[in-house]
Amino acid sequence: MFRPLLALLRRDLTLALRRPQDALTVVGFFVVVVALFPLGIGPDPEFLRSLAPGVLWVAALLAVMLSLERLFSDDYRDGTLEQMLLVPEPLGLLVLTKIFAHWLITGLPLVLISPLLAVQLNLRPDEIVMLMLALLLGTPILSLIGAIGAALTLGLRGGGVLIALLILPLYAPPLILGAGAVDAVMHGASAQAHLSLLGAMMVFALFATPWATAAAVRIMLD
Amino acid sequence: MSERGIQWFRFTAPANFYDLAGRLIPWFAALTIALFAAGLYLGLVVAPPDYQQGDSYRIIYIHVPTAWMGMFLYVLMAIYAAIGLIWRIKMAEVMAKAIAPTGALFTFLALWTGALWGRPTWGVYWVWDARLTSMLLLLFLYLGYMALHAAIDDRQRASNASAVLAMVGVVNVPIIYFSVHWWNTLHQGASITVTDAPTMAMIMFVTLMIMVLAAWMYSIAVVLARARVELLERERNARWVQERLEGGKT
Amino acid sequence: MADREFRAVDLAAERGERRLFQHLDFTLSPGQLLQVSGRNGCGKTSLLRILSGLSRPAAGQVYWGDEPIQSVDGGTGSCLGYLGHQNALKEDLTAEENILIAGGLGGARPNREAVLSMLASLGLAGYEDLPVRYLSQGQKRRVALARLLLQPRALLILDEPYAALDVQVIEVLRSAIEAHLARKSMIVITTHQTVDIDGDCRNLHLG
Repeated sequence: MFRPLLALLRRDLTLALRRPQDALTVVGFFVVVVALFPLGIGPDPEFLRSLAPGVLWVAALLAVMLSLERLFSDDYRDGTLEQMLLVPEPLGLLVLTKIFAHWLITGLPLVLISPLLAVQLNLRPDEIVMLMLALLLGTPILSLIGAIGAALTLGLRGGGVLIALLILPLYAPPLILGAGAVDAVMHGASAQAHLSLLGAMMVFALFATPWATAAAVRIMLD
Repeated sequence: MSERGIQWFRFTAPANFYDLAGRLIPWFAALTIALFAAGLYLGLVVAPPDYQQGDSYRIIYIHVPTAWMGMFLYVLMAIYAAIGLIWRIKMAEVMAKAIAPTGALFTFLALWTGALWGRPTWGVYWVWDARLTSMLLLLFLYLGYMALHAAIDDRQRASNASAVLAMVGVVNVPIIYFSVHWWNTLHQGASITVTDAPTMAMIMFVTLMIMVLAAWMYSIAVVLARARVELLERERNARWVQERLEGGKT
Repeated sequence: MADREFRAVDLAAERGERRLFQHLDFTLSPGQLLQVSGRNGCGKTSLLRILSGLSRPAAGQVYWGDEPIQSVDGGTGSCLGYLGHQNALKEDLTAEENILIAGGLGGARPNREAVLSMLASLGLAGYEDLPVRYLSQGQKRRVALARLLLQPRALLILDEPYAALDVQVIEVLRSAIEAHLARKSMIVITTHQTVDIDGDCRNLHLG
């Protein structure tokens, strides 16, 4: 039962290790976008601090979205995605495995690098911990929802831009909750509610989105 | 036997729809004009000014119906899309595609009138009010649906793919709405909302309902007309299309 | 499982809005080979994708035994193997890795020995450790064939398997196909070359 999923996970991680630049580009994008914000709005530490939760979350969200285009497109181009439809295993589980691998390669590094950027924007230690926690819960949601968009734009011209239009409105809830959690800590309030809702959203996305993504893959390969 | 049934369904259902819609559209169009005229007369002339907002409140006669239609049409579109995807019924696919532009138009009008209303009420055109923000995200969902439909060349695949998107969207609409609402109350304390109309006089309520009906009639007429055109395109090789086009009866 | 028939009933396919073929019926029994022929653009690839359950036909149904091909118990892939125009190889992985991973995806235990001897029999000895990126078109095709032949499936669907292969390899493939038929398996194949295969062969001409 799990052998095929493990084989797929290992394959995707091996491929990512052989081409580490793909994952590093995403992290690089995240770092550069955050670095550009102070240039646009001024260096005042207190002001930057108050904007930090939103800036970090929007940057992370854009980074995830940029990386999504490659989630299925390589497999689509060389025909391995087609072969995956013929694997005697529910396509939803295969898709979920691919999303998990993708999150390990792109989402997790964003979580790990975020404290560095948070320090640049003058967040305090407890806020940084909350930021990492919120990103840890939130980036999988971004990958799970985004996978639907990645599947729906397979083989289309200008797929990358189209993904943005399809997916970004759906990113509003995790953005609100994730940035809100950090904001709450900043204002001395409890972020319990934010985290609970983010967690609930992740569980829901975990169960619901892989099937939508699988349906989309089948349609686009029909 | 069953095979013949399917053939019958395939080739005459669109033709029947095409003819029936052609006969109905003028009636809905006439109703639209009559109801709009009545609603606007009642709303702009008969209904009294609001004791707080004066005459500027009158924009709710446009704003509220458009906002309702924008939301409702998205749900309707998703339902048609789901029917088309699951049971492979072509008419439902055609309807889903035909609804999208009208829904987007209404959503856009709701935002536009909301902004116009904001100016005299709060002195700014745009506030990040929960409902306006939700409507803005809804407009993006419509645009995404239409963009995806347009980006895929193969008609069947376009219908199926955008149906998945519509279904994902309709699950998300309440989540988006509640999270935006929550965000709004957290950030602004007691929230200001656009459509919290002051206690309504009877005449205001009646006028509002007439305008809502007018928006309905307009939607039906326009969606049916668009569905007919879409059907002609899809079935351009079918005999019923040839017959109707040669007869000059469009 | 081995004695199931593979049937197509009243199939039709469309591309764009054009009918490629319709009212297509055939039955394939264990040990039989079906060769699909026809000019370019007559729908050979579309037919093969429909037969393998990847595409939905505009009308009709494909059956594996009594089950529709999309809802075979254990998944479509448990009864058939498909080789399309694309080789479905990862350029950054070696030939051996590609085959082992594909086997793992199919649920098989990794068997290095079998992989290496299959690659050797297709003339790829010495190329196992090279990323597929560095192989020629013909060599990639051979890796893809090795992957397919290593998966024991009751039905193989091959789209132009001889393309880009040299004569010796075609011979190897021919004998592999014959051995496959002798084991009471079935094959559906499209090809431009005429390769005489010893066995129960049928022809289907499209268009």
